[in-house]
Amino acid sequence: MLKLFALLKPLRGSVAIVTVLALAQSLANLYLPRLMADIVDFGIVLGDTRKILEIGGLMLLVAIVGTICAVAGSYFASKVATGFGRIVRGRVFDRVAHFSVHQFEEFSTASLITRTTNDTTQVQQVLLMLLSMAIPAPMMAIGGVTLSLSQDARLARVLIAVIPVLAVVFFLIMWKAVPLYQQMQVKIDRLNLVLDEGLSGVRVIRAFDRGADQSRRFAAANEAVTSNAISVNRLVALLMPAMFFMMNLTGVLILWFGAVRIDAGEMHVGAMMASLQYAIQILFAVFMVTAVFVMLPRAAASAERINAVLDVVPDVVDPLPPRSVEVTAASGASRTSGRLEFQHVTFQYPGAEEPAVSDVSFTALPGEVTAIIGGTGSGKSTLAGLIPRFYDVNAGRLLVDGVDVREMRQADLRARIGYVPQKAVLFTGTVASNIRFGHDEATDDQMRHAATVAQAAEFIDQMTDGYASPVSQGGTNLSGGQKQRLAIARALSRRAGIYVFDDSFSALDFATDARLRAALKADLADATVVIVSQRIGTVMNADRIVVLDDGRVVGMGTHAELVESCAVYREIAASQASLGEVA
Amino acid sequence: MSAERTALRQPSQSANMFGRGPMGGLGLPVQKAKDFKGTLRRLTGYLAPHRPALIVVVVAGVISTLFSVVGPKMMGLVTTKIFEGYLGRAMKVPGAGIDFRYVGNMLATLLALYAVSALFLYLQQYLMSGVAQKTVYALREDVEAKFSRLPLRFFDSKTHGEILSRAVNDLDNISSTLQQNLTQLITSLLSVTGIIIMMLTISWILTIVVVLTLPLSVTIVAAIAKRSQAFFVRQQQALGELNGHVAEMYSGHAIVTAYGHEVRSVARFDELNENYYDGAWRAQFATGVMFPIMMFVGNLGYVAVAVIGGILVTRRSIAIGDIQAFIQYSRQFSMPITQLSSIANTIQLTIASAERVFELMDEAEEPADTPVAAVPATPRGEVRFDHIAFSYQPEAPLIEDMALTVASGQMVAIVGHTGAGKTTLVNLLMRFYDVNAGAIRVDGIDIRDLGRGGLRRMFGMVLQDTWLFSGTIRDNIAYGRDGATEAEVVQAAKAAQADHFIRTLPDNYGTLINEEATNLSQGQKQLLTIARAFLADPAILILDEATSSVDTRTEVLIQQAMGTLMHGRTTFVIAHRLSTIRNADVILMMEHGRIVEKGTHQQLLDAHGRYAALYQSQFSGSTLPVGQA
Repeated sequence: MLKLFALLKPLRGSVAIVTVLALAQSLANLYLPRLMADIVDFGIVLGDTRKILEIGGLMLLVAIVGTICAVAGSYFASKVATGFGRIVRGRVFDRVAHFSVHQFEEFSTASLITRTTNDTTQVQQVLLMLLSMAIPAPMMAIGGVTLSLSQDARLARVLIAVIPVLAVVFFLIMWKAVPLYQQMQVKIDRLNLVLDEGLSGVRVIRAFDRGADQSRRFAAANEAVTSNAISVNRLVALLMPAMFFMMNLTGVLILWFGAVRIDAGEMHVGAMMASLQYAIQILFAVFMVTAVFVMLPRAAASAERINAVLDVVPDVVDPLPPRSVEVTAASGASRTSGRLEFQHVTFQYPGAEEPAVSDVSFTALPGEVTAIIGGTGSGKSTLAGLIPRFYDVNAGRLLVDGVDVREMRQADLRARIGYVPQKAVLFTGTVASNIRFGHDEATDDQMRHAATVAQAAEFIDQMTDGYASPVSQGGTNLSGGQKQRLAIARALSRRAGIYVFDDSFSALDFATDARLRAALKADLADATVVIVSQRIGTVMNADRIVVLDDGRVVGMGTHAELVESCAVYREIAASQASLGEVA
Repeated sequence: MSAERTALRQPSQSANMFGRGPMGGLGLPVQKAKDFKGTLRRLTGYLAPHRPALIVVVVAGVISTLFSVVGPKMMGLVTTKIFEGYLGRAMKVPGAGIDFRYVGNMLATLLALYAVSALFLYLQQYLMSGVAQKTVYALREDVEAKFSRLPLRFFDSKTHGEILSRAVNDLDNISSTLQQNLTQLITSLLSVTGIIIMMLTISWILTIVVVLTLPLSVTIVAAIAKRSQAFFVRQQQALGELNGHVAEMYSGHAIVTAYGHEVRSVARFDELNENYYDGAWRAQFATGVMFPIMMFVGNLGYVAVAVIGGILVTRRSIAIGDIQAFIQYSRQFSMPITQLSSIANTIQLTIASAERVFELMDEAEEPADTPVAAVPATPRGEVRFDHIAFSYQPEAPLIEDMALTVASGQMVAIVGHTGAGKTTLVNLLMRFYDVNAGAIRVDGIDIRDLGRGGLRRMFGMVLQDTWLFSGTIRDNIAYGRDGATEAEVVQAAKAAQADHFIRTLPDNYGTLINEEATNLSQGQKQLLTIARAFLADPAILILDEATSSVDTRTEVLIQQAMGTLMHGRTTFVIAHRLSTIRNADVILMMEHGRIVEKGTHQQLLDAHGRYAALYQSQFSGSTLPVGQA
C-alpha cells in the first residue's frame, strides 16, 4: 500500500493542504467547548449577558471558519483521492497494454480487468477515507487530549485511561471479525459459483435429471454463507453498544471526578462541562480511526494486486536505436517482400520445464504457403506467436526480410503482418470499424474486397445496415463462423506481406472453408502465408509443411514427401483418415 | 463471460463491514419501484415467520433508546447540583458544598441505565442478524427453486449477467438493508421522538431552537443530494464506459498488440479515465461536503444553545446543567436525522431490488409435470415424431408437420451449416421445449405423459459445451447416475477411454476440476462427459460431434469412445464427420432452423438437393485447399 502511495507524489501539495485544513478544522471544533466553558465560567457565573453574547459571536465565527476548512478539506481530499485513482488506473492500463502476450496470459483476463477497475477504485476509496477520517481523527484525539490536559490535567487522566481500553476492545472484536469476513467472501464466491454453474449447466443438469442434486449443492452453499454472516454480524453487533457504553462511562467518571475537583476548589464547572464534550469528540475520533483500519486489509490486498501488475517489466521492447526498415504494409504496392526465416529458434515459457519450441529452422517465402501441423501442445501456436513478437525467442533468430525482428520497432514489424487468431475477437463498433481495425485508411472498396475474399460479404449484405451494422462487445451478436470471417477480413484489409492464420478456420463449415481458401489463394498470391492447423485436409496442398512434435521439427516437405518420410505426419494422416476426414 | 465473472467477483456488500455507512444512501440516484406497496407487503411476508424475534427487536430498541435518552438530562441534573454546591461554597454559605450523596446516587443509577441500554442494543442487533440472514436465506432458496421450475426458454432468452445480477446483487441489497437499516430505522425514529420529549421537559425555548435546525439541515441535505445525483449519474456512466473499454481491450489484447493499437487504446483510456475523474471527484465532493455542513448546522444549534441557554440561566429560568443536557441532545439529534434521510433512499433502492427479485419469481413456469404413463423398465428406444410442429416464436414457424420413425438402435444424423438450428430437435427430444402440435413418442408413449425426469433418464447427452462442475473428476463422472459406485465410475471412464489420462493426474479420480476447468484440455473434458453418459447407460443417446480444436490423438479416443457408446442405442448425432453421416440410418438436413431434406446418404445424394451440394463442397473442401500449387 505504502509503495503504491509513492504515486501520490504529484499530489503531495494537495495532501499537505488537506492535512493543514484537517488540523484547522479539528482545532475549531475543539475550541467550541472551550468557549462554551468561558460562557459558563465568565458569563453565567457573573451574570454578564454582554459577555455571553460576545463569546457566542466568537463561537459562531469559529464554527464558520471550521466549516470552511472542512469543506475546503473535503474538496481537496476528493480531488486527491480520485486523482490518485486516475494515476494508478492509468499506470496499470498503460502497463498492461504493453505486456507481451505471454505476460498477459500469466494473469487471466478477468483478473487483469479486476485489477484495473475494482482494485484501483478500492484503493481510491480507502485513500479518501484516510484523508477525510484518518487524518482529522488523530488530530482531534491528540488535540482533545492536549486541550483537556490544559483545562485540567488530573481530569484528563480519565480520558487517557479510557482511550486505550476502547481501542483494545475494538481491536479484539475486529481481530476476531476480520478472518470471518475473509471466510465470508470465500463462501459468497462459492455460492455464486454454484449459482453460475446452475445457469450455465442448465441443459446438462436437466438432461441427467439432477435438479435435486443441484438444489442440495446450492442449499449447502447458502447455509454456509448464512451461518457465517450470522456469526460475523453478531460479533460486530458488539461494537456499537460497547462504543456507547464506554463513552457514557467516561462521562459519568468525568462528572464524578469533576465534582471532587470542583469541591476542592481546583476546577471550574465550565471546564468540567468542556471536558465532557472533549471526551465525546475524542472517543468518536477513536471509533472512526478503527473503522478506517478495518477497511485497510482489503485495500492492502487490492494494492498488492495492483503492484503485482506494475512490477512486471514488459519483456518485448523496442530496440534502441531501431533498425530502420522499409515499411511495405498498407501500401499494397510492394508485396514481394515478406521472407520469413526461422534460424534455430528456441523458446521456453518462463518457469516452464521444457522449451515450447526447440531449435526450429525453416524459411517461408513470398508467394508460397507454409503450413505448420502438429497435435495439441506441439508448439504450433507458440511458433506462430513468435512472428508478431508476442514472445521473444530465447535462442536462435527470427528474420523478416533478413532483419532480426528484435532489431525492428514493434510497430514496423506488426504493420507487415496480418495475424488471425484461433479465437476471433471483435470490438464494439460496426462491421466496417472492425474490418478497418486492420488498416485505418482502407477505402470502402478495399474494405469490401477484404470482406468478399473472407466470404463475409454475403452475410454482411444481408444485415439490415450492411457494413454500418453494429457489432456488440466481443461480437456476441454474431455467430462463431461470422466472427471468424470478419477477423480474416480484418487481416486482409491490412494488405500485409506476411499472413499468419493460427487455426483460424475452425468455426467454418466445410463449404465456406473451401470457398474461403480458394479465394485466399487467389488474393494472397504474392504474400507469405503461414497456416497453423491440425487437420491434414487444411495443409496437404501447402508448398511446404512443417511437422512439429513436442516443439521440435520432425518433418518438412510437401504432403507427398511427408507421407513417405515422416512417421508423425503419417500417424496424423492415418488418424484423420480413419475419422473420414480425408476422403 | 469473463466480464460477467468479474462482476461477480466484486466484493459483496454483505461482506462489507460497515455496509453503506451513514451517508451511503445519500446522493445516489434512486431507482423507484413500480409497485412499492405490493412489493413491500410481499417482502414483509418473508419476515412473518420471525415475528416473535422481531417483536423482541422492537421492544429491545424501545428499552435501549429510552434508557439512553434520559442520560443527558440526568447528567445535567448532576451538573446543576455540582454547580450549586460550587456557588454555595463560592458565596461562603456555611455548610455548603457538593451533595456527593446525590451525585453518587445519580451517577450510579445512570451507569446502570447505560449498561441496560447497551445490553438491549446488543440484544437487538444480535437478534436482527439472525432474522435478516435467515430471511435472505429463504429468499435465495426460493430463487433457486424457481430456477429449477423455469423453462429453458427463459434461460435462452436472458444473459447470465442479467439473471445473476438479480439473484446476487439485488439479494445482497436486501440483505444489508435488513441487517443494518431496519434496526437503524427503529432506533432513529425512537431517538428523535425521545430526544424531543426530553428536551421539552427541560425548556421549550431551547427545544424550539434545536428543532429549528432540523428543517435547515433537511433543506441543505436535499439541495446537495439533488445536485450530487447528477454527478453520481455522470460518475456511473463514465465508470461504465471506462470498464467497458478495459474489458474489451483486455479480452482482445493479442489482437490489439498484433495490429499495433496499443497507443490508441491507451489514449482512449486516458480520455475515459479523465472523464471518470471529472465526474468522480465532483460526486465524492458532493457527498463529502454533506458531513461538514451537517456539522455546521449542528454547531449553529450548539452556539445558540450556549448563548440563549446562558442568558436563560442568568435569568434563572433554567439551570446550568440544562445547557449541558441540551448540548448533548442537540449533538445526538443530528445523527438519527441524517440516518433517517439516508434510510429513506436506501429503502427505495431495496424495494426496487426486491421488486426485481419478485419479478424473477413471477416468471412463467414450465407446465406442471404430470406423468400419466410409467417409464418402461427396459426402454427399447424407438422414437416416433408424429406430425410435430414447433417454433420458438409463433410468427416464425420452424418445423411443420414433421413425421419420422426411428427404430430401436438406429442412428440419426443431423447435418447443416453452422447456425442452421441443429439443436432444435435436441431441445424437443429432451423436452427443453415442448412441441406445439403433434407428439413425440418413445416406445409408443407420448413423451409429455412420461414426466420430464423419467423421460430424461432414458436419454444420455454429450454436448460440445462440455459442462463440468467444480468438484472431483469422480463426482463429475458419477453425475451420470445417482449412487454410482467407485467401480462403476472407473468402468465408465475406461469405456470412455478416459481412465488412462485420469491416472496420470496427481490425484487420479480425486483430482479437483477448478473453476474454469483449465487443468484439463478440451478433449479430456469431452472424454469425461462421455464417461458420464456411459454411466447413465441410456436407451437413447444425443451426441454433438466436436468441431473445436482437439488434438488428433485425443480425437481418435473420442471417436472410439463415442462409437462404443452408440453401440446398441438409438442415437441422434449432430454430425460434422463424413464417416458418421455415411453410417447414419437417416440424415436430417437442416437449413435456417427447418428440416429441408430427410433420407439416407445415398437417397439424398441421388436427390441432388441441398445435402448433395453440402456433401460436394465438403469433398472439394479437402481437395481444394489454399495452397494448391
